[in-house]
Amino acid sequence: MGPLIPNGIIPEQWDFVIAILIGLAFGFILEASGFSSSRKLVGVFYGYDFAVLKVFFTAALVSMIGLYYMDYLSWVDITQLYVHPTFMASAIIGGMIMGVGFITGGFCPGTSLTGVAIGKIDAMVFTLGLMIGVFIFSEIYNLISPFLTRGDYGNITLDESLGIPADMIILAIAIAAIAAFYFSDIVRGKVKKVFY
Amino acid sequence: MEKEKKVKRSVYWNPYFGGFLLGLVIIFTFYITGRGLGASGAMKSAVVAAVDAVAPEHAESNAYYSKFITEEGSPLNAWLVWEALGVLVGAFVSGAISGRLKLKVQHSPKITAKRRLVMALIGGVLFGFGAQVARGCTSGAALSGMAVLATGGFVTMLAIFGTGYLAAYFFRKNWI
Repeated sequence: MGPLIPNGIIPEQWDFVIAILIGLAFGFILEASGFSSSRKLVGVFYGYDFAVLKVFFTAALVSMIGLYYMDYLSWVDITQLYVHPTFMASAIIGGMIMGVGFITGGFCPGTSLTGVAIGKIDAMVFTLGLMIGVFIFSEIYNLISPFLTRGDYGNITLDESLGIPADMIILAIAIAAIAAFYFSDIVRGKVKKVFY
Repeated sequence: MEKEKKVKRSVYWNPYFGGFLLGLVIIFTFYITGRGLGASGAMKSAVVAAVDAVAPEHAESNAYYSKFITEEGSPLNAWLVWEALGVLVGAFVSGAISGRLKLKVQHSPKITAKRRLVMALIGGVLFGFGAQVARGCTSGAALSGMAVLATGGFVTMLAIFGTGYLAAYFFRKNWI
């Protein structure tokens, strides 16, 4: 039963080979979906291109439905999967800083790498900026570290946070996503076209 | 004929198709490794390695760098570095197939290339900083978090896109 490497079904030496293969697929899909273009990415904020919304939420839905279904079929033990820990204060503030960074720079870390790969100089500068941002964070870490652990909920999931069964939450997200897809097409039809 | 071919080559995938495949990659990643995808982690490893090479004493005394320096001296998050190298190669192959390999600054015709690059640098600094605060970026915190219903993943996703929409008005001249 999965996950395969933590359960010793695939030896750990394969970990890095698998990392490269997963990266290859990840990078190919992002680039082929147009995520190497900052002007396509920020279209989601101005209503002229909703590729980010559609790719992102389709991927989120496919993965959550798939993983919970595989757990139901006993192909994978979902309790063994890594759940990103929730520190409420830093999740909100960090997300807000990233939001401003997104609209200013036009990329996020993964998409900027795909831009770098096809020769976008703006993506290279953005990636350099990422490293400067990490550097600044590290240098002032002692100053801000007390804030970073505020609102520690541990490795909590939405069904635990809300007290609603996971399948109901996934169904609600699926309905919300389909509604968002539908309305995004209406908005796009009304917004002035932007060519890039 | 020539023109038709050129138009066809620059067409991107249907977003639902791309999203579906990306979802399968996330499932595969969790199924094999028990963890999700990431992107900003590789940049963090690069910074840690660079600081460790230039000023090893400083890196070891710093509370943040020292978390990621192993005894052999190589940054811990090597998995994400290999994954990021794969991303670069995968994106290069996709761009090559579709004829999108070109060294250029992409920007709105209403702004200069220099302005675009300055904004890209500022945006990168903010995103890199924010990703450390939230312990992950759009890939590692939001997308991979949402796949396993991590509450923090949803909170970070909402914060990123909510703030993006709030700030979009003030940055509109850079894009539209």
